[in-house]
Amino acid sequence: MRFTPFLFISPFFVLFLLTGLFPMLYTAWVSLHDWDLIRGQGDFVGLANFQFVLGTDSFYKALRNTFSIFLLSSVPQVIAAILIAYVLDANLRAKTFWRMGVLVPFVVAPVAVSLIFAKIFADSSGIVNGVLTAIDLPAVGWHSDALASHVAIATMVNFRWTGYNALIFLAAMQAVPREIYEAAIIDGTGRMKRFWHVTVPMLRPTIVFVVITSTIGGLQIFDEPRMFDTGGQGGASRQWMTLTMYLYELGWGPQVAFGRASAVAWLLFLIILAFGILNFLITRRIANAGGPAKSSR
Amino acid sequence: MQSTAAIEQFAGKGAARAAARRRLKGGGGADARPHWWNYVLLGVVLVISFFPLYYALLLASSDAGSIARNPLPSLLPQGNLLANMREVIASDINFWSAMLNSVFVATVTSLSVVFFATLAGYAFSKLRFRGRRALLVFVIATMAVPVQLGVIPLFIIMAKLGWVGDLKAVIIPGLVTAFGVFWMTQYLEDALPFELIEAARMDGCSLMRTYWHVALPAARGAGAMLFLFTFVGSWTNFFWPFIILRGDSLTLPVALQQLQASYFKDYSLIMSGVVISVIPLLLLFLLAGRQLVQGIMQGAVKG
Repeated sequence: MRFTPFLFISPFFVLFLLTGLFPMLYTAWVSLHDWDLIRGQGDFVGLANFQFVLGTDSFYKALRNTFSIFLLSSVPQVIAAILIAYVLDANLRAKTFWRMGVLVPFVVAPVAVSLIFAKIFADSSGIVNGVLTAIDLPAVGWHSDALASHVAIATMVNFRWTGYNALIFLAAMQAVPREIYEAAIIDGTGRMKRFWHVTVPMLRPTIVFVVITSTIGGLQIFDEPRMFDTGGQGGASRQWMTLTMYLYELGWGPQVAFGRASAVAWLLFLIILAFGILNFLITRRIANAGGPAKSSR
Repeated sequence: MQSTAAIEQFAGKGAARAAARRRLKGGGGADARPHWWNYVLLGVVLVISFFPLYYALLLASSDAGSIARNPLPSLLPQGNLLANMREVIASDINFWSAMLNSVFVATVTSLSVVFFATLAGYAFSKLRFRGRRALLVFVIATMAVPVQLGVIPLFIIMAKLGWVGDLKAVIIPGLVTAFGVFWMTQYLEDALPFELIEAARMDGCSLMRTYWHVALPAARGAGAMLFLFTFVGSWTNFFWPFIILRGDSLTLPVALQQLQASYFKDYSLIMSGVVISVIPLLLLFLLAGRQLVQGIMQGAVKG
């Protein structure tokens, strides 16, 4: 009896120990060694792998690309999701139909999404460039131009996640006490003002939640940029190579340098951690600033 | 939302709907009575959600020649879909076994996650033991650890075990997830009354039997949602399977990647592969999409 509860929770902890915690610490160990896929463990090299990685152009390119894609996907996505939630938050006919409709892209694998959008954004035979040239605008180099490729990749992420996040915001909107709206209506507040001064402030904790989860996911992005072209290297001058793609290339590419790849893994972890702490501090500030965000969370 | 759900429990669906209508009409929520533009905007969102999938179907039912002439070969599907799908399945990538592997991996992983997460959730929410609070916080904290951090040692371990290219290497790390444990703990806290457990214990049930006969049935609703989430997650998972799977034992996303690499000029075949990989989940979504919507919305309010 006394040990049964521990027995019940043990599967998670045992598995996490073996496939989460141990590999995480082992990564640190590997990152301090000259280690490759074929020969295995080599000499202890201290921080040389970190030095090497931090001395390459590729690392900074990957860092820039990751952040650029992340910003292009998270900011418009949160805005669009709130607007869609707002439109869904009404006494609609066939509610379930609309809610399920916006969620459909979520069940499509990122790899499949990327294959479809790689064709939509193809440089010479894609739909988007077809439309652009048809209305006498210049075609965009979706694969050659760095920023354009980031926009295309961010579009794939947005396609898959906007509806999902809209449902999260919808749930938060429905949890707003209707009395607050009533009071605002009685005060003669218009629709737009109600949205800005009642709905959005009440959503603040949810916005923070969505931003944090999309930060953790977004900084690890791999599938979409990996599949954006056939080569999977992130373009001729690595214009859309992300940090995780760099990790993969170091570890399983021609270099087979597990030590260096591990260094990237730890740097990525530290970046995500730093972002998490930053998020936390900002959230605390917002919460302390008072207002409705102070609620239950 | 939740109060309406309570009304539904006690007085049936009709009463709940009437109450919801009354509440919205009287109060005027964010936007109580929908305008025509609510429907127009949602229609636009739906078109954007479906167009890429429809486009994949158009390309999959076309042929390389027409696609090369025009990025949008036609507005209605052509007749080549089945032939293209057959060609993909007959190709040396072995799409058919990738499909079976995906079904197998997703089913085993989801069942296992529901079983172990409910077990842990039951302990965390209803049993008293030392360090309960701290351990639960630890579980939640692990959700922030990126997968990437562990892939290299995980690969080294799998190589030592001889599991490179083996489905076991994908299944085993996913057998129980922090998200699942957290989700079931949250749910069972409300859904499973202490009295029920005590009654079962009085009748002489062991804790394990109490779990099997009381906790597991009470967790059915949340368990179904967790099953769906895990299934979708497993079905769409790419990074780790891409690293570890080889040869004949691929899952669908990895098979799609190989298809792209080998047929990179023939979009009708690549898109046929995409269509094959998407159909099973769309069917599942038709059957259980409502639960998925509910799961996301409930998780949001509680989380």
